Amino acid sequence: MRTKIFPISLIIIVSVIFVIFYKGLQNSNVYEPQIGNQKNIPVFIAKAFETEEIFKSEDIFEGDKFYLMNIWSSWCAPCRDEHKFLLNLSNQKNLKIIGLNYKDKKKNATNFLNELNNPYDFIFNDTDGTIAIEWGAYGVPESFLLHKNKIVKKIIGPIDQNSLLEIKELIQ
Amino acid sequence: MRFLKFFILILIIFNFNLVHAKTKNLDEKITKNLRCLICQGQSVHDSDSEFAISLKTLVKKKLNEGSSEEEIYNYLKDKYGEWILYDPGFSKNTYFLWLLPILMFLIGGAIILKLFIYKKN
Repeated sequence: MRTKIFPISLIIIVSVIFVIFYKGLQNSNVYEPQIGNQKNIPVFIAKAFETEEIFKSEDIFEGDKFYLMNIWSSWCAPCRDEHKFLLNLSNQKNLKIIGLNYKDKKKNATNFLNELNNPYDFIFNDTDGTIAIEWGAYGVPESFLLHKNKIVKKIIGPIDQNSLLEIKELIQ
Repeated sequence: MRFLKFFILILIIFNFNLVHAKTKNLDEKITKNLRCLICQGQSVHDSDSEFAISLKTLVKKKLNEGSSEEEIYNYLKDKYGEWILYDPGFSKNTYFLWLLPILMFLIGGAIILKLFIYKKN
């Protein structure tokens, strides 16, 4: 009996550890951003793109309207791909599209808009990328659908046909 | 004597650099503990991605505004979730991670103790 305690406990310990690590294998260790939880939109101070006036975030996101906050930049290739969807959405009456120009030069950004048309109702600057972090963004492009000062939907990466339809459905 | 004065003066001038050494180390310490979310496997300190550069400026800004290390961690945890910290807190998902070494240590100790006591007897 005495000699059996050691091997039995060893087997139990090894099997317990095996089960734990085997279960651990199935967990994904790739970061998945939290989408879906409705967070309040951040409060910040920024510079307007055209007039270069400094304004508070409360001044633009007001009331019951739907807003689509789109982070874009002239140097970002996927932003070009999603631009036609943004132009499509700019025809929606109850949706205002706000652009956040991320780490961009004014000249390049203006050229970009002249070339592809401007879907934005309002654009503001983020020269050092800190406002994008206030929003919990990862990079460009990224879009937030806002309603009553809450983030209703977050689209990481370019807007595609599916997310376009989803946005249209949400703002009905 | 004149040489000594001169020497001391130079020493003082060169040591002015160290006045801000503490804050510099603090922002390094914080960014080393932040995971770069778009370039996994690297800390924000080591990465040069746009995201990491912005995060580094933000940490510096917050430190200048007088935020503490803890406040910055909580702020980023609120924005990006627990995953952004390399040093995970004690929570439902991590208690096994924290307790497993202690558990193994105790079980191993018990086995050794038992063997020794048995041998003595």
